Amino acid sequence: MDAWDDYTEKVMDHYENPRHVGTVENANGVGVVGNPACGDVMKLTIRVENERIVDAKFKTFGCGAAIATSSMVTEMVIGKTVEEALAISNKAVAEALGGLPKIKMHCSVLAEDALKAAVDDYRKKNANTGKSEK
Amino acid sequence: MKPIYMDHHATTPIAAEVLETMMPFLTSDYGNPSSSTHVYGRVARAAVEHAREQIAALIAAQRSDEIILTSGATESDNLALKGLAYRQAINKGHIITIATEHKAIIDTAEFLKKQGFDVTYAKIDAYGVIDLQNLRDSIRADTFLITVQAANSEIGTIQPLRDIAQIAHEQGILFHTDAVQGLGRMDIDVVRDGIDLLSISGHKIYGPKGVGALYVKKGIRLHPLIHGGGHENGMRSGTLNVPGIAGLGKAAEIAKRDLIQESERLLNLRERLRKGIESRVDLVQLNGHPQQRLVNNLNYSFSFVEGESLMLACRDVALSSGSACTSASLQSSYVLRAIGVPETLAHSSIRFGLGKSNSAEEIDHLLDLLEKHVRRLREMSPLYEMAREGVDLDTFAWTPHDHHNH
Repeated sequence: MDAWDDYTEKVMDHYENPRHVGTVENANGVGVVGNPACGDVMKLTIRVENERIVDAKFKTFGCGAAIATSSMVTEMVIGKTVEEALAISNKAVAEALGGLPKIKMHCSVLAEDALKAAVDDYRKKNANTGKSEK
Repeated sequence: MKPIYMDHHATTPIAAEVLETMMPFLTSDYGNPSSSTHVYGRVARAAVEHAREQIAALIAAQRSDEIILTSGATESDNLALKGLAYRQAINKGHIITIATEHKAIIDTAEFLKKQGFDVTYAKIDAYGVIDLQNLRDSIRADTFLITVQAANSEIGTIQPLRDIAQIAHEQGILFHTDAVQGLGRMDIDVVRDGIDLLSISGHKIYGPKGVGALYVKKGIRLHPLIHGGGHENGMRSGTLNVPGIAGLGKAAEIAKRDLIQESERLLNLRERLRKGIESRVDLVQLNGHPQQRLVNNLNYSFSFVEGESLMLACRDVALSSGSACTSASLQSSYVLRAIGVPETLAHSSIRFGLGKSNSAEEIDHLLDLLEKHVRRLREMSPLYEMAREGVDLDTFAWTPHDHHNH
C-alpha cells in the first residue's frame, strides 16, 4: 500500500491544488516552524488589520499531509480575528480535511504551531509600534 | 490504472515461466519429497533436487548439496549468523559486519551481542564501500565470521567481495554475503570470489515470495535454528515448500541465462535516467557509489523537496524514499545516515529500482514528472526560498529536533 492511500480526497485536493502558496507581501506576522532534519518546515506569513487576519500564505517543505494541512490552515484563518484563529487546533485542521492517517497527525501540529508563531510575531511587532496597524 | 513499477529492490513479479514451473506442484504433483515409498514423493523429490542444481549453477557452486532451502533470505541470514555462532562451545566470539547491511543481518548480530558475542561494524566510506584496511584492523583472535552484503538495496553500492574473502581467509575466518540484491544483476561465483556462505531470496529474482536458500560450502557445519524431521541434512527441518522451491530454481536458471543481456539493458536504462535527472533537474545529489553500483539502482536526493511529497506527485510510478514520512518509525533511512548523508538530504531521497518490465518510454515519462514536480515543490518550499536568500540552513534556529513528540 502506498503511504498516501489513506489520504482523503480533500487532502489530495489540497496537496494537488494548494491554496495561498507564497509569501504575503506586506505581512506583519511571520512564523517559521519545524526542522529540515525532521523532514518538515512550514513558513506562514499573515497580514493582520484591526486584529483581523486579512491575508495568509504558506510555504512548506514536507510530505503530502504537511502541504495539505498548510493549505487548509490558510483557508481557515483568513477573515478570522486573531483570537478566533488562535482557537483553531491541529485536530480542527485535520478534521476540515476529512481526517488524516494516524501516523500523519503530527503534520497538522506543524500548521497549528506555524499559526501560533505567526501571531506571536505579529503581537511582538505590534507591541513595539504600540498601536494596532491599519 | 496501476502505477509503473520501479521498486524492484523491494520485490519483483513472478516471471511467467516461473509460475508455469510451479503450477503442477500446486495442483497435481502435491507429494511430499520425504515420501520415498510412492511416485508422488519421488516426483516432488526430483523437482526439489533439480531446483537445487539450478540454484547452485546461478552462484557457480560445485555441488547442489551445498544449497540449504529456507523460507527466504531473512531466514538464510539468521541461519548463517546464529548457525555459526551457536557452534562455539560458549557464547563468545566476534563477528565483523557493516552498518549498511540489511536489518536481517544487523538485528541478528545485535541479538547475538546480547547473548555474549561481540560485533564490530567496519568503517565504510561516503559511498558505502567497506574500508578494507579498517576491516583488517578489526580482526581479533576470536573473530569467526565476516558478513558483508554483495550490494546494497537502497544505494546500490557493490562491495569488493573477493578482497573481503581474501582478508577473511588469510586469518582463517569464514565469509558470508547476503547476495539478495546482487543476484541476477551481477556476476557472482562463490568459488572464484571465495564466498563460504551466501544468502539468496526467491522474490528478488522474479521468483516466488516465502522461499530462499543459503549456500554453505561443503564441510561447514551449522547449528540448526529449526528442529524437527531432520530435513536439509538436519540443518533446516520442515516439509519442503515444493512449488516455491521449483519456482526459485526456475528463477535462478533464468537469472543466469539472462544475466549479461539483462544487465546491459538495465544499465542503459539506468544511464538514461541518470543523465536525464542530472541534465534536467538541478541541485541533486547521487547517493551511493557513482560506478561501483547495481545496474538497476539509482538513489538521488532532490534538495529542498521532501521525498514523500515528490513520490506523491510522481505516483504514476511506484518508487520508494528514505524520508521519515514514509516509514512507520518516522526515522529517515539508516543506510543514508550511515554513509553520512545529512538528515535533510535523507528526507529528500528517492530510490529508483529498475527491472525487467521497465522501458525507455517509462524512464522518459518519469523524467517529465520529476522535472515538473521538483520545480513545483521547490516553489512551495521555504527551504529553497531561504537558501536563495542566503540563509544558512545549517545554523538557522529551527524548532528543536523533538518537535514531533507533542
